[in-house]
Amino acid sequence: MQPRFLQIRQGVLSKNDELAKSLRERFEQAKCFTLNLVSSPGAGKTTFLQVTLTMLRERGYRVAALVGDLATDHDAQRLAASGAPVRQIETAGNCHLEAHMVQTHLNAAGWSLHDFDFLFIENVGNLVCPSSYDLGEALRVVMLSTTEGEDKPQKYPPMFDSSDVCVITKIDLAEAVGFDRAAAYASIHAVHPNIPVYEVSAKTGQGMAAWIDALIAYREKAMGQR
Amino acid sequence: MHELSIIQNVVEIAERAVIEAGASRVEAVYMRVGVLSGVVRDALEFAYDVATKETLLEGSRLVVEEVPIVLYCADCGAERVLDDIRNIRCPACGAATVNIVQGRELEIESIEVTDDAAEILAD
Repeated sequence: MQPRFLQIRQGVLSKNDELAKSLRERFEQAKCFTLNLVSSPGAGKTTFLQVTLTMLRERGYRVAALVGDLATDHDAQRLAASGAPVRQIETAGNCHLEAHMVQTHLNAAGWSLHDFDFLFIENVGNLVCPSSYDLGEALRVVMLSTTEGEDKPQKYPPMFDSSDVCVITKIDLAEAVGFDRAAAYASIHAVHPNIPVYEVSAKTGQGMAAWIDALIAYREKAMGQR
Repeated sequence: MHELSIIQNVVEIAERAVIEAGASRVEAVYMRVGVLSGVVRDALEFAYDVATKETLLEGSRLVVEEVPIVLYCADCGAERVLDDIRNIRCPACGAATVNIVQGRELEIESIEVTDDAAEILAD
């Protein structure tokens, strides 16, 4: 029996990556700046997104959101209170979103992406698996709350490495939990040198205006580059 | 931890390649997995045994090459292997202005197959 080698040299997630690439083209063509929000469960993604959607709308921007959870549409309902179109993706057990889920739900929603300046995709709460799956986003935002422990980034290098921006949430609780800012920044920048970091409290509003300014600037920069 | 679904993709890609190549038996599937890929070798190997049952790949081995992080430093120009995944700094000069040029891979490199001697003679 003669052994031989078939040269494959193919990414395992090439199917997802190709789909993500076509989504990215769709978003860019429609001038719809798309973000992928990742964090561990309970870091405050939904509340943060609720306030972000509301504040962007107040500034005249057209926004929409897709939110992923294993089960329930509670998050979609909460976000819908902002007035923005929201769609829930129930993964029925899958611990992360994949490009095909985004595509299916966008098509089913019947949205025209040209109607939106921003599309937010809230990923399933999980700091591990979502890191491997490109959703076609223009910006990946990793969120970390003051209550989670300053060394979280060094415990989850792939997620922090794959993200473009970091948001520290629940800054209003920092003092109560003895949050060590210097340690947190050191940990974040140890695994992703120079990643921009924003500190916010969605609850009190602290830092949110600066975050919205930054979002608008990121979108303008992206639009200007084409 | 979604190595099972990763392996299911591997099986799908590998089966297609094996059928196209007209090979009769799969000996091994070789993968390259970067330490920053978010995927763990042990879990892949465990999932492989499970996921290959009743497929063309049943009985074959999964061989995973763990690919280390290699950094290119914009400051000093060094290109070095990085040992500590939790501290992305140039191993030569300590600068943070580094590009990760290796270490995020998640790919099937090759598949080792055998062709049945009886089949070859039959041609």
